[in-house]
Amino acid sequence: MAKNDSLQGTLDLLVLKILSRRPRLHGYALMTAIAETSGDVLRAEEGSLYPAMHRMEEAGWIQAEWVKRESGRRTRVYELTRAGRAQLAQEELRWQTVASAVNRVLRMA
Amino acid sequence: MSLLSRIANVFRGERLNREIEEEYASHLEEAILAGRDPVEARKALGSALRRQDESHDIHVVAWLDTLRADFVFGWRQLKRNWVTSAAAVLSLALAIGACTSAFRLIDALLWRPLPVAHADRLYVLSRHGMGFDNRPGEWDSWAYPDFQLMRAAARGKAELIAVSWALRTDITYKTDQEMEKAVVQYVSGSMFPTFEIQPAVGRLFTENDDRTPGAAPYAVLSYDYWTRRFGRDPGVAGRTFHYGDGVYQIIGVSEKKFTGTEPGVVVDIFVPTMMHREVTRSDSTWIRTLAVVAPGVAIEPLRAKLAAVSYAFEKNRLSGETGLSQETLRNVLANQVRMEPAPTGVSGMQKEYSRALAAIAILVVLVLLIACANVANLMTAQSATRSREMALRVSIGAGRVRLIRLVLAESALLALFSTVGGALFSWWSAPFVVSMINPPDNPARLILPGDWRVLSFGILLIACEVLFFGLVPALRASSVRPVSALKGDDSHARPVLMHGMIAAQVAFCFLVLFVAGLFVATFEHLASKPTGFSAERLVLLETTAHRAQPAAYWDQVEDHLRDLPGVERVSQAAWPLLGGSSWNDSISVNGGPPSVDLAYFLNVSPGFFETMRIPLLAGRDFRQSDGYPRAAIVNQSFARRFLQDNNPVGRSFDKASDDGSYERMQVVGVVADAYYSDIRIMLPVVFVPLHHPVSGTGLRPMSEVTYIVRTRSPNPLSEAAQLRQEVGRVRPEFRVSNVQTQKELLDAQTIRERMLATLAMFFAVVAILLAGVGLYGVLYYSVIQRHREIGIRIALGARAANVVRPLVSGISMALVIGTVAGLALGLTSTHYIESLLYQVKASDPVQLAAPGLVILLAAIIAAAPAVVRALYINPVDLLRAE
Repeated sequence: MAKNDSLQGTLDLLVLKILSRRPRLHGYALMTAIAETSGDVLRAEEGSLYPAMHRMEEAGWIQAEWVKRESGRRTRVYELTRAGRAQLAQEELRWQTVASAVNRVLRMA
Repeated sequence: MSLLSRIANVFRGERLNREIEEEYASHLEEAILAGRDPVEARKALGSALRRQDESHDIHVVAWLDTLRADFVFGWRQLKRNWVTSAAAVLSLALAIGACTSAFRLIDALLWRPLPVAHADRLYVLSRHGMGFDNRPGEWDSWAYPDFQLMRAAARGKAELIAVSWALRTDITYKTDQEMEKAVVQYVSGSMFPTFEIQPAVGRLFTENDDRTPGAAPYAVLSYDYWTRRFGRDPGVAGRTFHYGDGVYQIIGVSEKKFTGTEPGVVVDIFVPTMMHREVTRSDSTWIRTLAVVAPGVAIEPLRAKLAAVSYAFEKNRLSGETGLSQETLRNVLANQVRMEPAPTGVSGMQKEYSRALAAIAILVVLVLLIACANVANLMTAQSATRSREMALRVSIGAGRVRLIRLVLAESALLALFSTVGGALFSWWSAPFVVSMINPPDNPARLILPGDWRVLSFGILLIACEVLFFGLVPALRASSVRPVSALKGDDSHARPVLMHGMIAAQVAFCFLVLFVAGLFVATFEHLASKPTGFSAERLVLLETTAHRAQPAAYWDQVEDHLRDLPGVERVSQAAWPLLGGSSWNDSISVNGGPPSVDLAYFLNVSPGFFETMRIPLLAGRDFRQSDGYPRAAIVNQSFARRFLQDNNPVGRSFDKASDDGSYERMQVVGVVADAYYSDIRIMLPVVFVPLHHPVSGTGLRPMSEVTYIVRTRSPNPLSEAAQLRQEVGRVRPEFRVSNVQTQKELLDAQTIRERMLATLAMFFAVVAILLAGVGLYGVLYYSVIQRHREIGIRIALGARAANVVRPLVSGISMALVIGTVAGLALGLTSTHYIESLLYQVKASDPVQLAAPGLVILLAAIIAAAPAVVRALYINPVDLLRAE
């Protein structure tokens, strides 16, 4: 099981990527999506997920909307904005660069 | 976008927190629905308060959010102590409003440049030296021919503009019966083009309309008058009105911003200088000379050139003069011509009121300082009682900066509220003070815009204020030491600072009271001064006729008025005493040279002295048969100064005229002294008959006379309408152009002193009230603070004196120091306000003692409640509470 800090810096990337595929997710769904798609390797904790999402919301990468559910409770769903899409491309590129660099080091050393 | 939403979120904090909470709740629900253990899920989410804080901080601009919190907290504090807060806001509002008003007045009168082109290159010409009356002085009046010569000499270097005194006078639009007042000013045709003033309607006159005397009877209305009188009727051009003995045609309206070159007067109608009756006369000075200097021209050579031209003109004019003493002629020719910058325009009001307004402004600033010191002390005292709260805040980790901000926010709120109040007060009070300046029938009109100048002054004032009364208590509150404060030890609240503030307050208060006392004494001296005549029930009818009318007609009206039921006595005079007109000439006794001192003359009808109630001391009154110049009645001052004789009846002297002719006069009577044109100076006066026999043709006809009517009614103006009608009924060619009472003329003599006394007294009352409230507050809080100590002392058997002494000793010391400082300030200040005082000595012990006594009395009244409260502390209650 991955520790929290292995997620540092990549949580934004994961959230953006998942939202780009599956728009209009609420916080809990996002959390489970991260766990499922990573085969339970990566897990975002509530304590870091929500602040990160609120930060990205204020940065304008994602936007939130209240929707009513059958239970009568309101829930907040998120989707990517245009700026978020650009941000995602940038983050993905950066991740690819870093990952391939690390791979090269592992191979060569 | 994001910053904006974060700023917006600051002000919807509650809702934001609710939404964050709701999101977490729905998360929990989701988790439990997915089969997670509720306890574990809740635990995973962490402390509710912390995650809310974290998310909240992301959504808002943090510093703005804490600032908002500070203000909300400050507001709660103010609400809790709402009596103190209201007192503070009220006193500050009063002081700020007064300050802003003083600024507006001084700015409008002295600092604000005229809204004309090249105001920065506008100069005014004046002469300094000895006058014809042998008194030193300064004159900015010029004869038109002199102006013409100077204008020609300055050509190419400066454009000279002649502007007459603005005259509130009678004009008629339709028939002679419908007269109305308007402020008329003669101006050079070059004025409008030089100032680059545009017409709002029609056209403005130019130099071409101002070349030949009497040739262009055109008039330009000011925008203000056009609005008031014609409701901005665009068809006003082409209308005509009667003024003096001419008919003028309105050709246009000047643009809105231009109201003339005299701050304090808003001109209604401009007419060309060439329409003035005396435009060709060398011996009549009736214009001011303004100069717009071309860029880059040196002032001094230009001034020297104009001075040389003016000197040559005066020398030429006075060469044939034999009616003045050689000394006077030498003195007058030695006058210096000055050329001074006048970007704000030139007016008599500037000269007369600048020092008075400066004095008032200083009093106002002192009152503001007193109010600030007051609020600072109240807040310090309050923060001392809040030392436990502050200590608690420090203990749970509040930083010093945060505490300072907390207290400053409270001050800023106070400042904000008081500024709003002050703005309202100033909005009302500045025009009110202007309305006090002139007599009611001829009000001063000062343009008082509320623009960026006033706004920036206000903002500066608030900033200074917050720093002044907010920072001290803030620093003090933040320096609290939690351990000692929570233990109940209040050693940090040593009251030295508060006592210093009180000393300063007392000093300022003393100064305000002292200066107010001087102004009030000045006004009382002037107002209660015997004038030598009785103004009671006297109404004055200034009466004119288009063309000169026979003297018998004027007498006929007098006789008719006398027969009216409401009339006690009627007489005629060329003009009323203290009416502002004067006529003076040199006197020659026993064929000697013309005197250096001038005598003053007034034509009066028989019975004038009885109507005015001026006692006849020797000889007789005029008779119908007496004619000018043979008979004369002189006052005591004249008898003493020119004839060195207390009973000169039967003696003769000669009046020297400007043209060198002499008129022999014989004294037939002596009257007691009465003021002639100014109640500050007793002049030597010769009363001469109104009737002037001209050889061969009988009596000389007259075109104006003032009827002096003593009515039976205590309110003489109630008779005015009927009297006016009766004059026109008896002689339709006569018209009453102005009605006023002698009392009004008398009051007009002391307008400035009355204004100074009223305003200074008002501020003195405010100052003493504020100082009293401040003292009360400080003592009251110090009793609360020392509650425990006093209780223990009483429990141990302390006497009343022992309880009170430590409470009041510091304050008494502050009172003494403040009074001494105030005394020193007061004595140095009199040097600057001497010219505003009349027969009042600053060193007068009564003037010096009175403020001290008032302050002492106020201090006793303010201290009493706190002292009584201290004495009635019950040690048993105290111990129970602890």
